[in-house]
This record gives sequence, C-alpha cells and structure tokens, in this order.
Amino acid sequence: MSIGLLSLIILGLAIAGYVIGRRKAVAQVEGDIRKLHSLPPFYGRITALLTAVPAFFLIAAWLLAQPLFLENKALSLINPAELPAGKSAELVMADVRRVAAGLNMLEARGDDVGPLLASPTALKSALNGAGVVLETEPTPSTLAATAALRDAGATSRLAMTGAALLLALAGLAFGLSRINPEYRARNATERFAMWLLMASSLVAVLTTVGIVASLLFESIHFFRLYPASEFFFSTVWKPQFGGGSSLGILPLLWGTLYVSVIALIVAVPIGLMSAIYLAEYASRSTRAWVKPAIEILAGIPTIVYGLFALVTVGPLLRDYFASPLGLGNSSSSVMTAGLVMGIMVIPFVSSLSDDIINAVPQSLRDGSLGLGATPSETIKQVVIPAALPGIVGAVLLAASRAIGETMIVVMGAGAAAKLSLDPFEAMTTVTVKIVSQLTGDTEFASPETLVAFALGLTLFCLTLALNIVALVIVRKYREQYE
Amino acid sequence: MTARPLNPRAAIDTRASLLVQDPRTKARNATEKRFRAYGLSAIVVALLALVWLLISIFGNGLPAFKQTFITLPVTLDAALLDKGGKRDPADLAKATTVTYGKLLASSLEADVAAKGLNLGDMKPKDLTKMISEESPATLRNRVLADPSLIGTTIEVNVLASGRIDGYYKGRVTMESAALDKNTSPAQLALADQLKTAGVMKTQINPGFLTMPDASDKRPEAAGLGVAIVGSLYMMFVVLVLALPIGVATSVYLEEFAPKNKFTDLIEVNIANLAAVPSIVYGILGLSIFINFAGLPQSAPIVGGLVLTLMTLPRIIIPTRAALKAVPPSIRDAALGIGASRLQTITHHVLPLAMPGILTGTIIGLAQALGETAPLLLIGMVAFVRDFPGGPPEGLFDPASALPVQIYNWTQRGDPGFVERASGAIIVLLVFLIAMNAVAIYFRRKFERRW
Repeated sequence: MSIGLLSLIILGLAIAGYVIGRRKAVAQVEGDIRKLHSLPPFYGRITALLTAVPAFFLIAAWLLAQPLFLENKALSLINPAELPAGKSAELVMADVRRVAAGLNMLEARGDDVGPLLASPTALKSALNGAGVVLETEPTPSTLAATAALRDAGATSRLAMTGAALLLALAGLAFGLSRINPEYRARNATERFAMWLLMASSLVAVLTTVGIVASLLFESIHFFRLYPASEFFFSTVWKPQFGGGSSLGILPLLWGTLYVSVIALIVAVPIGLMSAIYLAEYASRSTRAWVKPAIEILAGIPTIVYGLFALVTVGPLLRDYFASPLGLGNSSSSVMTAGLVMGIMVIPFVSSLSDDIINAVPQSLRDGSLGLGATPSETIKQVVIPAALPGIVGAVLLAASRAIGETMIVVMGAGAAAKLSLDPFEAMTTVTVKIVSQLTGDTEFASPETLVAFALGLTLFCLTLALNIVALVIVRKYREQYE
Repeated sequence: MTARPLNPRAAIDTRASLLVQDPRTKARNATEKRFRAYGLSAIVVALLALVWLLISIFGNGLPAFKQTFITLPVTLDAALLDKGGKRDPADLAKATTVTYGKLLASSLEADVAAKGLNLGDMKPKDLTKMISEESPATLRNRVLADPSLIGTTIEVNVLASGRIDGYYKGRVTMESAALDKNTSPAQLALADQLKTAGVMKTQINPGFLTMPDASDKRPEAAGLGVAIVGSLYMMFVVLVLALPIGVATSVYLEEFAPKNKFTDLIEVNIANLAAVPSIVYGILGLSIFINFAGLPQSAPIVGGLVLTLMTLPRIIIPTRAALKAVPPSIRDAALGIGASRLQTITHHVLPLAMPGILTGTIIGLAQALGETAPLLLIGMVAFVRDFPGGPPEGLFDPASALPVQIYNWTQRGDPGFVERASGAIIVLLVFLIAMNAVAIYFRRKFERRW
C-alpha cells in the first residue's frame, strides 16, 4: 500500500474518531451538554489527535530507520571472497541498491522480474534498458543480497502498514474508552497540542544534529582513508579518481580567504560610508528610499551575481585590466569573484552598521557638537569609536557570508587550486571544491568524494566561529548602551 | 594683559572674524565637505553597482523572450510519412525526425525557389542548417497527434537555427559566420532576404516559458517549463512544511516555553542555523535524505525538504517578532473571560500576528526560490526533459529548478545559452519581485500599531 493511501486511511480514521467521540460525549449526557466538563468538540478533537498523531510518528520513524536494518541484513549476505579486487563491501552495496531500485522500476512498469533474478546476463541487459547501467554482471552473492533487500523491503512495508493501522485503531479505541462526562477533554487537548508544539521546536535542534552528524561521520570515514596531517598541511590539491590523489586543503583555504579579503576591501569602505551617511547626514526622505534600494542587493539570488561575474565583470576585467597590463588572460579570477562578492556583501555591512550607529546615544553627539566639533569630527572621534565593536561584529558577519558563498566563486573564481598572489589568476575555494567533488555520479567510498565532507566540516566550523564571535561582540555592545 | 591665543595660527591671521574664516576653520570645513562627499559617493557607488547589475542582466536576457521563426507551407506527403497508408499510429511512428527534417528542408527550398530568392554559394541541402534541429520533432509530434493532417498542406511556424537567431540579436556577424562551421555568410544573406520576403520573423516566443530544456546544440529550443514546474513543487513542499513547523516553534518559544537550559539551546540553535552556509544544507540533504533515507536524486521532494530546513529559521525569526508585537492585554482579556491558553493563541494572538507571519513566510520563500548551491549537491543539475507527473507522485520524479537551470545553461558551450540564462534570471527576478510586492502589500495593508 502506498504511503499516500495509508495516510488518507489514517486521516479518515481520525475524522471518524472526531465524529464518534463528539457524539459519544453528547449521548452520555443525553444531549444536555452543560453536564460535560468540556465543550463537545474537545471530546472529538482529543480522539482524533490520539488516532492520527502516534500513527504518523510511527510511519515517519519507520521510514527513517528502515534503510539501516535492511542494509545490514543484505550486507551480511555478501560473500567477502567474491568481492572484486579493490572493491569494498560498501561499494558492492551501492550496486545492490541500484539493482534493487532498477528491479522495482521494472516491476512498476509491469514486467515480470522473476526470471531476471535467475540470470545475471539477462538482468544486466534488462537494467540497461531501464536506464540503470551496471559496469559488470552482478555476482551470485550480489543477486542474493539484492533479492534479500527487496524481500525485506516488501515485508517491512507490509509490517509498517499493519503497525500504523493498528496503532491508529488502538488510539481510536483508547480515546473513545476515556470519554465520560467528567473527562477533562479540554485540558487533555491542550496538553497534547503543547507536546506537538514542543516537538516541532525540536526540528531546529535535529537539523543541527543532522548537520554535525553527517559532516562528522563522513569526515571520520575520510580521515581513516586519508591522513589528516596531509589534508590540513599539504599544499597540493590534485584529486585523481583512481587513487593516488593529493588532497591538501591549504590552496583552497588560501583561495577562499583571498576572495573574501578582496570582497571585504570592496564592501567595508562602501558599506560603512553609506551607513554613516544614511545615519548621520541623509534626510528622512532620502533614507526612506536609499536604504531599501541598497538592501535589494541582499535580496538578489547569488546565481544572479554568479552570472554577472561570468558574463560581464570577468570579461571586462580581462579585456581592460589584466590583458593590457600583461597580468594574465583568464576571465575567471580572484579579482572577478572578489569584486562581485564585495557588491553582494555591501548591504550586510551597511544595514547592521546603520543600526549600530543609530544606537549610539544622541547625548554623545550633542556633547561633541556643543564643544565646537564639526559633524565629521564628531563622527570620526566620537560616534565611530563608540560604535566600533558593533561595526567589527558586522564586518565579521559579512566575512562569514563571503567565506560560505558558493555560486559566485563557482562561476567567477575558476577551478584550479593554486597558491598564488596574483589577483588576476584563476583560483579556487573550499565551496567550489565541495560542489565539484559531490556533483555527478559519485561513489561514497573513495577519499576523493569523502574529502568534500571534511571540507564541509572545515567550512562549517570556520563560519560558526566567526558568527559566534560576531554575535557575542554585537550583543555586548548593545548591552553597553541599554 | 592679553589672553594667550588658544591657537597660535589664529593669532597670526588677524583677519579672522565671523564673516571671514581663518585658514584652520576653512580646512576643517573642507574636511567636513569631503567627508560628506565620501559618504554620498559610497551610496552612489552601491546604487550604481545595482543599476549596472540589472542593466547587464536585462540587456543580455530580454532577447531570450523573442525568437526567429520561419513560416512555411509544408505539404505532408502521405507516401513519405505513412508508408502503410492506413494511418496506423504504429506505422506513423516509423517516420523518424530525419524524414521530417528532409521534408522541412525541401519545403524551405521550394519556398525559396518560388519567391525567387538568391541562394548565393549555398547548396540546397545547406538549407537544413537554417532550421532548428528541434523543429522536425515538433512537426512530427503535431502530425502524430493529428494524423488527419497527412496529405494536406499546412502552414508551419518553425524555429530558425540558433545562429540565424543570433544574427538578429547581434551575437553573430558576417565575419564570425565565416569562421563558424555551423553557419555561413550565405545563410545570413539568405536569412535577410527571407526576412524581407516575410517568411522569417522575429517574434515573442512563449515557448521559452513552457518548453523543456533542450540539448547542447539547440539553444533556440531550450525553455524553462520543467524548471518552473520543479521550482513550484519545491515551493509547495517548503510552504506545507516550513509554515506549520515554523509557526508551531515560534508559538512554543514565545508563549509556552519556560526559561530554562533546553529553551536556551533551541534559541541558540535557531540563531546559528540562520547563518550556516547554504552549501552545508546541501551536504546534509545528500547524506541524510538521499544516502540514508534513500529518496531519489533530482526529485523536488528532496529539494523541498532541504530548502524547508534552510527556510525554517528565516520564518521563525519574523514570526516570533510578530507574536511579540501583539500586546499582552489581548492575552489577558481572553484568559480573563475563560479561554484556555491554546484558545487565546488560536483565536486571538495568531490572527492578529498573521500579517507579520505571512510577510516573513513570503520573504523566506522568495529566498528559498533563488537558492542554488544546496540543489547542486542533491542532483538537480541533471538534464531533465520530461515534465514531472502531477502531485503527489510527481514530487518524486526528476525535475529541474529555476536557479539550477540557469547554472546549467551557463556551463554550456553555445553562446546562445548565455542569453537564455540571462532571460531565465529575468523570469526568476519577476517571481521574486512579485512575491516581495505581495509581502509589502500585506505589511502596508494589515500592519497595526498598538
């Protein structure tokens, strides 16, 4: 039974629960609802909630946990002696998974898959016809594992359907059995709803756990295959699919930092000066349209900046700066990406700085102006020093943005990992390499793919540290004047 | 006894007065003016960058909405297209696009001859290259859908090849055509004659919004259909999941949560999630949803789930602000006349906070719509020509997404795709502007101050 149909049935049971629960409550007091503790709909609601919610939680949990159990079962069936040279059991499992998916596809089309499982050759050609390309013919133990995986999958699906329906019915019966005029249905509904609200707030925690777990788990996997000291201290990045790669993060980090520094050199003066002008000089009406206009820059998707770098800024820099000055002839360069990223980051600097400058107490300005300082002297010697911690926080937040940015560097910075000082040369960044190592068909057992997780972990830690420092600084600063 | 001057220079300049400034005051005032000019020029630079960006995108992209078409009378010869003569669909399907391509070319040749146009140094068979490789397939589908057309002469409106189209958009010139093996100056000269004869026209191309992607050599036929459907599916998933979970989380944190370590943990989490680079969400999607839970690659459901997790903090933060803005007196009044806490919230607080919640949700959705990097990692870059099925099964079919389609087109060789990518960005920006306009409208219309 498909999950959609199962959900519909459970929803139907819940609606039935609502109607029956409500009727039962009313019937017990012979229509005199004043004798009920709660209004009749509450009796219906609590019954419906008890029917549907546990069943849906069961389905979700089952679907998440199912692959773990199934794979272990299939993995145990693979005969280690039959493994082709250089292939781990996990690589074979990837094949098993693909064959099983292909067979399911064939079955969905109405083909008979029984005879295919008996003959590896026929299976291979049938799967090729269905768009699942296998390198070699599956070995008998792979086939056995595939069959086991499929059997277990079907059994598990059936068991899940049964369990979910049973749980829904049990919830319904339990809900109905509790109904009597003294039952505090309103309080029970409230408590139930409260637990639901709390569960949804856990999604945020689970997301973080998911991010950290997936990054850590695969990174540990990577560091088992590739020495960590090489990864962190080698200056050569040369992945070779087929083994013998050098995967040093230093050239990537260098590219990332170089691009980010150029971006900040562009964004900080422009953003800061705009913020100062808007906060201290601009009239109310100018501010009302200039501020949103600058913030549009933050609302534009990064792919748009990427295309802008690729099509407009890159060729422009190459034709008017790099080539005439003999600095290189690549249209993707650190300068291109840095410049465009700088434009993107301007509003992050300006908006936050603007807020922070506005939070400096007016009395400080009045004092300075009263002593005869000009407005610019007041800004430079009183307002900015007072706002400095907050501005540093804003710049750090902008830096974390720049370091984590992907599309602009993918399209503007190039793909060659280099340790060079020339800003007109193409270099690459951590994010670019995460994209290039993980797109396309990849096997999750080679260090060339797994390195992306280690890169992701580095990136995550870097931006997290910057964000935390920035937030602490900004918060401290805010408290100072509140 | 004279007072010692504070400033030695002021003493030297005896002309200083209220009306005449001394040099030091002048210098200070000049610094003031300069400083102000710096600020103003920073704003001007930022705004100019915005204008430059928009001009560059619109300049490159607007031509994508127009396309060069060739209008031809084509006689659908039954002897060629239906060898069995029984109009049997299986028989009709045997006539391949190659046959239809030859048919189109000979029709164009006949038309050129009838109009008495000068072929130049071209052989008649070179005419095939002036018609898009996609056109025979379009014609074939039309005939297969309506076999009664066979044997009649119909007027067809076919796409001209990418190079001819590029000639009218300024991408291809006579000089570049001479070096290009896909076209020739003679073709372009003939195209000019066809244009004067009214056979060839550059007109609005609705196919750009409705057709699926096309292969590497056919930029003229590439459209955004699948990408728009895929993006809509993903936005649907995000809306259905992120709005209820986001509102529930905000209600819990604002109205119910006790102040303890656990609540603090959730708050810190949400603040940090908002700042995690989007590519990290892509890694999460790849390892949890695809590798662990076994969902299919390139499917809108996976994209929607990843974007949901990304959008959640962006919905929670404005929703909490909206809930905070509802005055406590409203809660007190509802509780005072006997409503429960949940009733207070669902009957009074949420409806009053709704405009703020909706504004935040729409802006969060708009950001999710433009997000590219996480989608690259979950396989949305795949070349997809088939429209996904209707929901809910269609959510599991492979599809593309607007921003990923743009990225995809920028990676292709033919220069015609740059125009397509810029055109697609205009479509994306139109969606974003529309969404933000709705958000601003909500805010203006329902905003309430207590």
